[in-house]
Amino acid sequence: MIFFTTILPSAITIAMVFLFGCTGETIMEKAGHLNLGLPGIMCFGTFGGCFGISLVMEIFKSNPDNASYILLILAGIIGASIFGALGGLIYAFLTVSLKCNQNVTGLALTTFGGGFADYLMTKVNSDYFSQASKIIRAHLEFGDSFFGIVGNIFLGQGLLVYVALILAIATSIVLKYTHVGLSLRSVGENPATADAAGINTTTYKYSAILIGSAIAGIGGVFYVMGFVGGTFENSATIQAFGWLALALVIFTVWKPDLAILGSIIFGILFLLPRYLVGISFITMKLLNLLPYIVTIIVLIVTSIIGKRSVQPPSSLGVSYFREER
Amino acid sequence: MEVQMNNKNVKIRLENITKTFGKVIANSNVSFDIYEGEILSLLGENGSGKTTLMNMLSGIYYPDSGKIYVDGEHVNIASPRDAYNYHIGMIHQHFKLVDVFTSLENIVLGIKDKKMAKAKYAREKVKEICDKYGFIIDLNKHVYEMSVSEKQTLEIIKVLYRGADILILDEPTAVLTPSEINTLFAILKNMRNDGKSIIIITHKLNEVMEISNRVAVLRKGEYIGTVSTSETDEKKLTEMMVGQKIELNINRSLPNNPKPRLIVEHLTAKNKYGLNSIEDISFTANTGEILGIAGISGSGQREILESIAGLVKLETGTITYITPKTHEEVNLRNKTPMQIRELGVRLSFVPEDRLGMGLVGNMDITDNMMLRSYQKGKPIFVDRHTPEELANKTIQDLEVVTPSVHTAVRKLSGGNVQKVLVGREIASSPKVLMAAYPVRGLDINSSYTIYNLLNKQKERGAAVIFVGEDLDVLLALSDRILVIGEGKVRGIVDARTTTKEEVGLLMTHSNINKEGE
Repeated sequence: MIFFTTILPSAITIAMVFLFGCTGETIMEKAGHLNLGLPGIMCFGTFGGCFGISLVMEIFKSNPDNASYILLILAGIIGASIFGALGGLIYAFLTVSLKCNQNVTGLALTTFGGGFADYLMTKVNSDYFSQASKIIRAHLEFGDSFFGIVGNIFLGQGLLVYVALILAIATSIVLKYTHVGLSLRSVGENPATADAAGINTTTYKYSAILIGSAIAGIGGVFYVMGFVGGTFENSATIQAFGWLALALVIFTVWKPDLAILGSIIFGILFLLPRYLVGISFITMKLLNLLPYIVTIIVLIVTSIIGKRSVQPPSSLGVSYFREER
Repeated sequence: MEVQMNNKNVKIRLENITKTFGKVIANSNVSFDIYEGEILSLLGENGSGKTTLMNMLSGIYYPDSGKIYVDGEHVNIASPRDAYNYHIGMIHQHFKLVDVFTSLENIVLGIKDKKMAKAKYAREKVKEICDKYGFIIDLNKHVYEMSVSEKQTLEIIKVLYRGADILILDEPTAVLTPSEINTLFAILKNMRNDGKSIIIITHKLNEVMEISNRVAVLRKGEYIGTVSTSETDEKKLTEMMVGQKIELNINRSLPNNPKPRLIVEHLTAKNKYGLNSIEDISFTANTGEILGIAGISGSGQREILESIAGLVKLETGTITYITPKTHEEVNLRNKTPMQIRELGVRLSFVPEDRLGMGLVGNMDITDNMMLRSYQKGKPIFVDRHTPEELANKTIQDLEVVTPSVHTAVRKLSGGNVQKVLVGREIASSPKVLMAAYPVRGLDINSSYTIYNLLNKQKERGAAVIFVGEDLDVLLALSDRILVIGEGKVRGIVDARTTTKEEVGLLMTHSNINKEGE
């Protein structure tokens, strides 16, 4: 029973950190850009969101417990998006315009993002973050009263959880059913074809990277404000989520709708060890590996099936030069 | 040689188009016209700049200088989208299709017009196009499930759907079967009669004569002239194309004291499906002799060479190398290429897949030369000087056109890539030289360079094994020809006395057996 009352609701909450990262990364990868800078970008987002929230809390510092709900949510989302996108812009400029190696650029960005957040978070006034977090995490009112335990699990979450879900569903619809999605996928599959079809590959790549990074950035601030209650320990915790989100993209075979389910599975696997009584530290660390192990299993299975619909975009990680011979 | 066709409108006019890549001039001052309702062949050897020129019409490349006019209006084609706006559509040699999309998705991809992008409208319109010109297509099929011919059909429909009335086809017949070529030509003629302008890039003269109204010839990036097909013939076109009369005779000397060097007996190997890819193959390669291997492609040529080179696991058989001077017999079966080399066997292999098996595309010429010699360096550090000298020598001796020795091999044209590979392989003065389709995709002059190189190796006393596809070349170059079919030896004939018909028959009929030795 503890699973449904405690673990599952928390797992769904933390799953959204993965989901934000995964949705963002999927958009970028669909444009053919393997952004290993995702953990760094989530750190950028963490700082951006926290900075925005600290500005709002300045206004309400006389009465921090009654700060404006909507302002805090907006500040978090906008701050995280702007700084996430800023990280994405660095990546996009290097890999799209200068055609640098994507892996090297990404890894550098991850390191940079970590240091960036660690340093700048010391400059942010975090005095009222616990109050801010409490307000942001507030359950939506309609949740608790309906459907008993089911309502508690699925409807009793904070607003940002629904933002994550809506973004994932919207991304899925755009990719699958719209012309924009078709064009974006063609850029990631075969940029020369997209180019010859008159699609501006540069615009698509930049847009996908900026939008994807903005979404991933929200994941960072969501972890601090939406899950742990307003404390930023260090960038390493955020980056761990970034790497797991990268694994989740593979786990869910580049499908953001599947990612909703996948992220909840990751959430459960991530939290479960903490609720198991009497296990040793080593066992717990080993159990923490579970998300990676299931990802490897998914990779093996999809490789064996070899079906084209579950393969990564064909041009993932490859820079595109029109005039290359 | 300019032909006047006053009754036709000029659709496209190219004026002094020049394009360079680094120091290599791809096109220099090219000017000619394309009329409405004609099929124009753009003829030229490999590397004569045909594709580059057409890529400038389709917006892939941008000319360094020169002007393009469409319907008399000076236009600026900076991207493929611009090309579509001027109703220019190009069908590239490597199809520009997204594998995981269906035909329909590929057709509507990138279309901005709301109505044109709608699936329902597209289906109706494509059906109209198909009925009009005689295409057959399944709009729900994914590209990765399609045959090459289906992909090409899809490409043509795609550009027609976008309203192209100028179609450029880059080597459209290279990948088609003869019956598919006939279907394509029928469709092209329908389109021409409908008033479309069609440009075909090709180097197959018989097709030029069959399909086109006029022929424009490029040579080394320069425009040579345009002639009316009805007023020319293959011989004249060849002269325009190569600039000089081609000596069709390959100098073939008599083998000088041939002695067995490589004895292959009863080779059998299986493919990945567990079927025999080669079965009971036996032959002898002699010193000072070129042994040609003839057969329909995929009959086991590749497997024979790769088993000798130590790349294929054999079920049965022996491969014996007879060491010069000592006459010691060395068994090469089930040895890795490295082990073969360590045994002191001087075996060189020019594989069919140049940039896959022969060279590393992203490495420069020096580094590719080093692939053969990197073990020779002093402990720890590799010797880069000797390979660089070899690279420079190869560039000079074989006339490789490259900006420098430090250019990535991938960036060179097909013929130059092959020269680098052959140059490296003959540099070790091999006793056995195996070359698979060494002139595939090369122009006539480069081909002759390669034939001469093979002949020189033969005169040096190497045992040369040459896998070819052009029977005329096989007959003119080889001393003996091993004919294979379906992985089996069909016969060994004397190249000096046999006829094309005999070899052709051996290739296709399994019941004839003839030993020409």
